[in-house]
Parts: sequence; structure tokens; C-alpha cells
Amino acid sequence: MLIINIAGLALIALIVWWFWLYKPKEAVLTDSDIVIKVENGVYQPSRLKIAADTPMTLYFQRMDPSPCAETVQFPDLEISATLALNEKVPIAIPALAPGKYAFHCQMQMYKGELHVE
Amino acid sequence: MTQATKHKKENSQTLTLMVDGASCSSCVMKIENSLKAVSGVENASMNFADRTVTITGSVESAALIDAVKAAGYAASLPSTENDDELLEEKERSDEAYYKHLIRDTTIALGLGVPLMLYGLITGDMNVQTSLERLAWLAIGLLTLGVMIFSGKHFYVGAWHSFKNHSANMDTLIALGTGTAWLYSMAVVSAPAIFPEMARHVYFEATAMIIGLINLGLALELKARGRTSEAIKRLIGLQPKTARVVRDSKEVDIDIKDVRLDEIVRVRPGEKIPVDGEISEGTTTIDESMLTGEPMAVEKKIGDRVSAGTINKSGSFLFKAEKVGKDTMLAQIIGMVKRAQNSKPPIGRMADVISSYFVPVVMIIAVVSALVWLNFGPEPTVAFAIISATTVLIIACPCALGLATPMSVMVGVGKAAEAGVLIRNGEALQTASKITAMVLDKTGTITEGVPAVTDVITTGDRNEDEILRLASSLEAGSEHPLALAIVESAQKRDIKQAKISGFDAISGQGVKATLDGLELLFGNQTLMQENAVAIDDYIDKAQALATQAKTPMYFAVDNKLQAIIAVADPIKKDSIAAIKRLRQQGIKVIMLTGDNRDTAKAVARLAGVEDFFAEVLPGQKAEKIKELQARGEIVGMSGDGINDAPALALANVGFAIGTGTDVAIESADVTLMRGSLHGLADAIAISKATLRNIKQNLFGAFIYNIAGVPIAAGLLYPWIGVLLNPVIAGAAMAFSSLTVVSNANRLRLFKANTH
Repeated sequence: MLIINIAGLALIALIVWWFWLYKPKEAVLTDSDIVIKVENGVYQPSRLKIAADTPMTLYFQRMDPSPCAETVQFPDLEISATLALNEKVPIAIPALAPGKYAFHCQMQMYKGELHVE
Repeated sequence: MTQATKHKKENSQTLTLMVDGASCSSCVMKIENSLKAVSGVENASMNFADRTVTITGSVESAALIDAVKAAGYAASLPSTENDDELLEEKERSDEAYYKHLIRDTTIALGLGVPLMLYGLITGDMNVQTSLERLAWLAIGLLTLGVMIFSGKHFYVGAWHSFKNHSANMDTLIALGTGTAWLYSMAVVSAPAIFPEMARHVYFEATAMIIGLINLGLALELKARGRTSEAIKRLIGLQPKTARVVRDSKEVDIDIKDVRLDEIVRVRPGEKIPVDGEISEGTTTIDESMLTGEPMAVEKKIGDRVSAGTINKSGSFLFKAEKVGKDTMLAQIIGMVKRAQNSKPPIGRMADVISSYFVPVVMIIAVVSALVWLNFGPEPTVAFAIISATTVLIIACPCALGLATPMSVMVGVGKAAEAGVLIRNGEALQTASKITAMVLDKTGTITEGVPAVTDVITTGDRNEDEILRLASSLEAGSEHPLALAIVESAQKRDIKQAKISGFDAISGQGVKATLDGLELLFGNQTLMQENAVAIDDYIDKAQALATQAKTPMYFAVDNKLQAIIAVADPIKKDSIAAIKRLRQQGIKVIMLTGDNRDTAKAVARLAGVEDFFAEVLPGQKAEKIKELQARGEIVGMSGDGINDAPALALANVGFAIGTGTDVAIESADVTLMRGSLHGLADAIAISKATLRNIKQNLFGAFIYNIAGVPIAAGLLYPWIGVLLNPVIAGAAMAFSSLTVVSNANRLRLFKANTH
């Protein structure tokens, strides 16, 4: 029983670490075209590092037909776009001050972050 | 789309192309040069940041696209205008996805329902004999087939999210159904390692949950379709073709090919294809689809017409002034779409919770299993597995996430149908909390055009003769009250005569001579100074003043001939609309430059409880501040141009347009209809939407807060109830459907359209 309890607590610790504490690495964007795939519950890539004070265009390509994937929102930038299925939808990102800007679907099941440096 | 924005020369226009495949700054020069080489192009300049190129010249867009293609890149006309195609595409893909979900549901329930019935009828889902082992093994493999066929998207989604260190609904479903299946397979494969009471299989739960959740998703998809009805209707207003005059001939062309300044023909019953100005003919136009104003509007040469409105009577020609995404209709669609996707602050709390939700539920599932294993009755393993599975399945982050956006979607769309354009979620939420509404008198409560209301004759001349003399006298004056007199005469087809010796006496009135008659027109002081006897009529004049009218005396040869009263009439529906606002618990405050007496009279007539009189235009913002300092949440309505600072300062600024001639996005809320009913509608819709969001959020919170502990087995020690995972699956599947359906109730909201 002791082993089971320890395993259970370890599992909880693992959940906390994996989902909250671990910071995955960011994709660094240069001036090349970037396409963010919207598929299987994740934005791919979901963490993007972009340069400050430089406007740019992100292309979202939605492959997931479920309605959850349909909208992408950048709440801090007041951007909200409807993504047509299987099409590259351009989203113009204005020049931004350094900081972190989240983007997500309406229900926050798809989540991503722009890291502006 | 030929998105021409300005003209340089005859036939020269500016258009924008989207360029794809330009990966470096050096491509810019190449693309620009390839375009400049096309004959007819005057200039081409590319914006690398947003991958657009702007071309000036007289050339068809097809030639430009070909030129970009020849240079090795892809180009297209901006796609925003193809809203209807996008919509059709979306409906097609939604329909396909719906069929897919229904097929998955049928297969999963096809296995799950008979299995569940077997369990309910025989009460025997245990593995005892070797024959049973074999039978359950076969069913286990069948269930695996269902998981792969009907539930693949949950497992793939869960795996991808996991790799990305995120968790969502898929994670919960995959873990829940996966746990149930793995436990059951373990029982089937090695029953000996489990206590006899724990040799129970849960294949039916796995199949049922997958089936029910797919069914929930399918029904939710259908319900979601209804939430966007308003925007669909707006997009549907855009006609597909236009009849233009080219080379003196009328030809039907695709709407996208209509150029600026082109002459367009509209026949009775047709929709107006683009925005412009009537150049020939008169007609009446139904603008209700844009403004919510049900009365058709008369239009003549020089009047503006808007895309999407319907020509009721005459055939006319107009000059295209705005095409593509610059039309009023396209702007409305764009604004409604953006607003529908924006989130009021009330939804942010739910967002914060959703971002922690799934891992927290996973932790609760583990804790629950440990508690059952440590303290539960036998068979502890079975109880632990059931409780963990049920917790994972019942928790529904979707209901929480959907609560706000679904209501906003329906609410904002419904508002647009009533001619109320709400800029974003924040404006929607604040509008629902307004405690004081400031209305500008002139043009908002009143028509904004003073008119003659009374002509009381006091001599032997009749009304027409008095108006002829008075209007001849006033024709030279630019005072708004003088204009009212002249207009009133014109309405009666009375011609003005030539006067001489015109003299304006500041603050008193005017005088002149006509055919040897001395004409005097002005206030009491003017009459008294010229020794005109008015004592018998002062009471009458006073009575007019208390009715919010401005009385003036008219004398000929120093003998009083008439009292003429001029007033800016209160709009027909202002009183009813103000009453509606007050019924909604809002203090209505009038703002005017008039003196206190007139202001008081207008306020009384309009049913306004409080007013600020003698306010200079520049002081409006101060009055807003004053109200805010008293703790009021202030809504301000005005024309959006002169009142800009006050509108900006107010908690919610309402720009009231007259018909389609309004600057959209100049305020938090734009009312396409001149009527104050639009204002009352805006507040009512905001309140209804916020109420709906609160119901949804409350429901979603309560559902999860009550559901998760019950699933964990909190009720077991007291009443011996442990939730069945299948019931948890059904509850979860229908919780988000409930949220969407509740949001759809907002569609029943009725605006006040007279």
C-alpha cells in the first residue's frame, strides 16, 4: 500500500511539473513565412519568439474540423480571427513592445504564446 | 477584390493584392519590378510585414496576379470580401464533420448500448469462468476497435497536447476511457491478481462514453451553427452581381469587378450592390437590414445608397463610391465578427480557471483513487478505478470555456439585427451596468431641425400672408430660427418678395421694408422699443414658451400681426424610448445649450428627469466627469463627430447615426437608427446577454463543483451512491450542449422596431 501511495504522490508531482513548471522551448521566428498548424488539440509551434517593434504576419492553418479550433484570439492585441479549414489564414501582428502575449481558441483548449524580445 | 481607395487619373485606381511565398526582404524588389513591368501600372509598392502589395494604375487584377506568379510567387485578391464563399465552405466542412461525428456515435453506441443493457439485465459483468474470459476478451478487442475508430481524435489530441505540456478535454476523455479499458483488460488477462469481487469489466463504459461525447459534440456543432445566424444573414445581404454602365451599355458583372466611380443601374426590387451616390432618378429604399429602421427611405439625386439595402420603387443610376471591404455593409460585417469573437471581462475569470482546470482534475482523480485504496470498502481497486474514471469523465472544461463566447456571439449578432453595433465585449458588459444616460438634446432627443409650430394671427392678415412677409424678411438672415420660417413658407409654396432696408438688431430681431410696409420681427424687447402694443398677447407667448417653443412677435407698421412660435420638435419616439430607459432603472439626463426655461420645458415634455442647461459644446466632457465623480456609470449618446471627447470619456459612448450615414467604430456602440429606441435596445440586449453569460458561468461552475466531488465518491459514505462512469459521460456530453442552447435562447430577444 505504501508503494501505491508513494506512486500516487509521485504521479501528482509529475502532473504539476509537466503541465505547470516545465517551460518548453520556443520557436524563434525570423522574417521567413511561419505557418502555425492547428491540429490535434495543439498549435504547432505554440510558443513563438519574435522580435520587438517589428510588425509581422503569422499564418494559421487549421486542420482540425472541430468548431473549437475555428477561432484564434490574441486578447491583449484585440485580434480575433476565424480560421477556415485547410487554409492558410494570415494574421497581421502589429509592432509589439517586449513581453508575452497569449493566444488561444475560444475555449482555451488550444493555447500558445508570443514571446516578444 | 478591386479595393481601390483613391483616384489619380482617369481610369487609374489603387488595388491591393495578397502575396504568398515572399520569404525574404529581397523578394520585395523582385515582386515590385515584375508588377511595374505590366503595362498600365504606374506604381507598385509592397508591404513586406503584411505581405500585401499596393498597385496604382489602370489594369485588370488578373494581369497583376499573373505577373506575380511569373516572378515565382503566388498572389491573390484579399479574401475578406469572399465572406459568403467562406461561409459556404464552413457550412460544408461543418456538415461533413457532423456526419463524421454521428457515424462515430452510432458505432460506439452500437457496441455500448447492448453491453450496458446486458449488464443492467443480468447484473453480471464479472469474469469468473474461462468461457467468460474468452467472451470478454473478444468484447475488449471490439471495444479497442471502437476506441480506435470512433475515439481516435481524443487519443491523438491528448497525446499531442501531452507532448506540448498542455492538457485539454481530449486528455480527460482519453485518460478516463483508457483507464476503464486497461483495468478491464487486466481483469480479463489475469483475473487471479484481483480479489474476486473486483473482477468486473467496464468495456461498456468506454464505448458508451466515446459514443455520448461524440453525440454531444455533434449536437453542439448544430447548436453553434444557430449562434451565427445573424452574421450569416448580414453576409447574405451582399448581392453577387452588379449592373454597370460601360461604353454606354448596361452589363451585369461580378460584384468584385465593380470599380470606383463606375455608374451602376439598380432596378426596382433589386439589392444595391455597392455604396454610392444617386446620379439619376428617385426611389425609396428599404434600409432596415442595416439600420433596423423599418420605414423605407426616400432617395433623390445626391443621396447616398448602401450595399445590401433593397430598392423598393424606382429605377435609378448611382456612382460607385465605396466597393469591396470599404462598403458600409462590409464594415458592419467586419465589426460584428470582431465583436462576436471578443470577450467581456466577466469571461476572463473563467479563462484563468480553464487554464488550470485539466491538471487539477487529474490530480483530484489520483487523490480520489488513493483515498478509495486506503480507506474504501472492498473491492478497493474497483472503487478506486471507478471513481478516478468518473472524475476524469465528468469534469467539463468546455462548458466553462463556452459560457461567455457563445452568449456574446448571439447577443452581438442580435444587436446588429436591431441596428445596434457593439464594438467589443467590454462595451457590451459596461453597457449592461450603465446607471446614467446622458442625451444631447439637439438631434438626439429632438429632430435637430427647428420648425414653425404655431402661427397665431392677431390682425387681419391670414397665416399665408404673414408667412410671406415674415419669410421675405428672414430670407436674408442665417439664424436657425429664421431658416425655420423660410422653410415653413417654402413648404406652403409661398414665394418670398424683395425687401429693402434690412437691419438686424442684435439680441432683438430684424426689420426691413417691403412694398412700403415696415416689417418688424423679434422678441418682446424689440416690440416694446418700437412701441408695438403686445400687452394683451404676452400671456399667450409665455404659454408657448412653457411648451418648449420659442415665441416671436411679428408686426407690420408697428401693429402686432402675429405670434410665430418655432421649436425643435421632439422626435416621435423619443418619449417612449426615454420611458423604456427609465424603466430599465437608468437615470436619463439631457444636455443642452438652451436656457433653463426651455431646457426645463423640453425635459418635461420628453420625460427626462434631470438636465444640464446652457452647456457650451466644450463643456460636455466636464459634465460627464461630474456624473462619474458622483459614482455613476455614464452612457453618453451623441452624433459621434462633435461629441467625440464626451463620447470617449463616458463609460460607454453611443454614436447615433442617421440612417446609413454614420462613422462606424467611432464609439463603443453605434446606433444605425436615429431613434432613441436603438439606445434602449442596446441596453436591453447588453443586460440580456450579461444575464445569459452569468447563467452559463454559474451553471458550468456548479456543474463542475458539484459533479467532480460526487464522481469522486463523496456521497458514498452517507448514502452509498457512487456515480456510474456512463452517467458521468452523458452529463459531460450534454453540459456544453446546455450552455450553447442557453445562449441560443438569446435569439428570442425582440428589439423595439416600430
